[in-house]
Amino acid sequence: MSLLRIRNLSVDFATASGKFRAVDSVDQDVDTGEILAIVGESGSGKSVSMLALMGLLPWTATVTADELTFDGHDLLKMDKRARRKIVGNDLAMIFQEPMSSLNPCFPVGWQIKESLRFHLGLNRAERHKRAIELFEQVGIPDPEKRLSVFPHQMSGGMNQRVMIAMAIACKPKLLIADEPTTALDVTIQAQILDLLTSLREETGMGLVLITHDMGVVAETAERVSVQYAGQKIEEQQVLPLFRKPHHPYTSALLDALPERATEKRLPTIPGVVPGQFDRPAGCLFSPRCKFANDKCRAENPPPLGEDLGKARCFYPLNTDERVAS
Amino acid sequence: MLKYVLSRLATFIPTFIGVTLISFAFIRVLPGDPIVVMAGERGITEERYAQLEQQFGFDRPIYVQFWDYFTGVLQGDLGNSFVTKRPVWDEFFSLFPATLELSVCAMIFAVALGLPAGVIAAVNRGKFFDRALMSTALVGYSMPIFWWALLLIIVFSGNLGWTPVSGRIDLLYYFPNATGFMLIDSIASGQDGAFVSALRHLLLPTIVLGTIPLAVIARQTRSAMLEVLGEDYIRTARAKGMSPGRINGIHALRNALIPVITVIGLSVGTLLAGAILTETIFSWPGIGKWMVDSIFRRDYPVVQGGLLLIAVMVMVVNLTVDMLYGIINPKIRKR
Repeated sequence: MSLLRIRNLSVDFATASGKFRAVDSVDQDVDTGEILAIVGESGSGKSVSMLALMGLLPWTATVTADELTFDGHDLLKMDKRARRKIVGNDLAMIFQEPMSSLNPCFPVGWQIKESLRFHLGLNRAERHKRAIELFEQVGIPDPEKRLSVFPHQMSGGMNQRVMIAMAIACKPKLLIADEPTTALDVTIQAQILDLLTSLREETGMGLVLITHDMGVVAETAERVSVQYAGQKIEEQQVLPLFRKPHHPYTSALLDALPERATEKRLPTIPGVVPGQFDRPAGCLFSPRCKFANDKCRAENPPPLGEDLGKARCFYPLNTDERVAS
Repeated sequence: MLKYVLSRLATFIPTFIGVTLISFAFIRVLPGDPIVVMAGERGITEERYAQLEQQFGFDRPIYVQFWDYFTGVLQGDLGNSFVTKRPVWDEFFSLFPATLELSVCAMIFAVALGLPAGVIAAVNRGKFFDRALMSTALVGYSMPIFWWALLLIIVFSGNLGWTPVSGRIDLLYYFPNATGFMLIDSIASGQDGAFVSALRHLLLPTIVLGTIPLAVIARQTRSAMLEVLGEDYIRTARAKGMSPGRINGIHALRNALIPVITVIGLSVGTLLAGAILTETIFSWPGIGKWMVDSIFRRDYPVVQGGLLLIAVMVMVVNLTVDMLYGIINPKIRKR
């Protein structure tokens, strides 16, 4: 039984010009202690699906799912109050912009101790002790002093460490990191990723890493799920995915990696992710796919089997014989 | 922080000089001669007029008069009233507690209702409560204060007879003015019913004076809250599993308070200006009524001195507001 189990999750946003489907029947599993990376371009619904899990979407969003279970709790049937006992406690999340994700009006220590008080019920002295421990754990020097500092007095990297300390304060079973390093410079990126993986080793928590950086995926993830325009189009262990991508989109993404470029010009994927009004009738990737034919443009391919990475494609790549269905 | 306070205080000096000049010039620009007004309908002889003119110093050039006044002000001497012959300073501070009591009550009324109303409206954005509240606030803001006062007097004093029409307390009660604040003095006097009577007298003026600040604070709180509720750190608070009450009331409100405090500070100026009307309508013996009476009497020292003191009051409040920013928003604290 996996820690997190999502079946057929869809998220619709009510907009002035009608419904917009941001996440389209996504399945996802995460095991205890596993690192899953969700990759995709901007607008592929990777953050939205996890925000839906956390219950953090604005009221304009409608979330539907066949199954949404975390650690044996059915999140769909839970009322908000019960859900708040899990969110921030066993299920935690950190965000892309550490500078704006911390409240500017309160010292960082206060913001950490708040979780400790409401989820764990620690008293003042215990909270203080635990907050110092957490700061040490995430590598913030001089923790005692830093507790009383405000977010604007620290660097982005330090703030992200504070965010991580806050997220792991209640020893979560699953941590969702939504592009945790995008806003940081490269050396700090590596430090934060190292910190996240080492915390995983120490605490045994599951980790979902949302990113659009294939380099980050290669370094940290164990399993990779590729999302495109709200759909999950492929999922494999990290090594086979890099060696034998089955979906043309995954393959194109990998070809666009600067490290893999063989020619002088970096290969790109022409076009952009379809939006609300130019959603294709058939396969969502068909307008940009170099292998697409009339069938691709007319029908939406269902996911293939486990051996082909559940790729949503009629003509998966890197197979011995092309499956024509 | 000390440096910040000092630099703020330094900006006081030009404002202070400007206000002194304007208040001095303002009353002299008005048509009407104080000596003629003082003489009344009987008229005055030429000799007596010249004598009084010399006594008040009106025969000297205007800049000499101003210099005299200004040096007096710097020494804490605002001159004596033409009418009562008492120092302006003493008159002001014997009447000021009444105005202060009314203003403080009006502000408490405005903040106590305006803040929660704005927060609730923002949280229920676009729903019935929000719309009802915001249109009510607009009405409250646009209503002429004297008309609103008369309306309340007709309904609550006239028709229902719940509240008195004017004054600070029933004539039945008499006790020494220890602090000048009727609510405190009435308790201190220990007389039965005195406090309730003072409270009932205070009720309508408080509502009238607090209405405009209430509307402004409610609208400002709502818009500040709406902005803050969309911030990333609110999402973080929700991701921590905090309750909506705690998120709205602590995480968001603390940030939203910064613009609201500005508005509250600015409202103090409006409040003192509004007090002039409110006090006149309710015969409230405060500086507002005193100023209006003095303008009609062309009592130069009272008008210029009173204006100056009110202006200084407003400046002090705004300085306090600037200090408060630093406490509420740590980013403004310079270090």
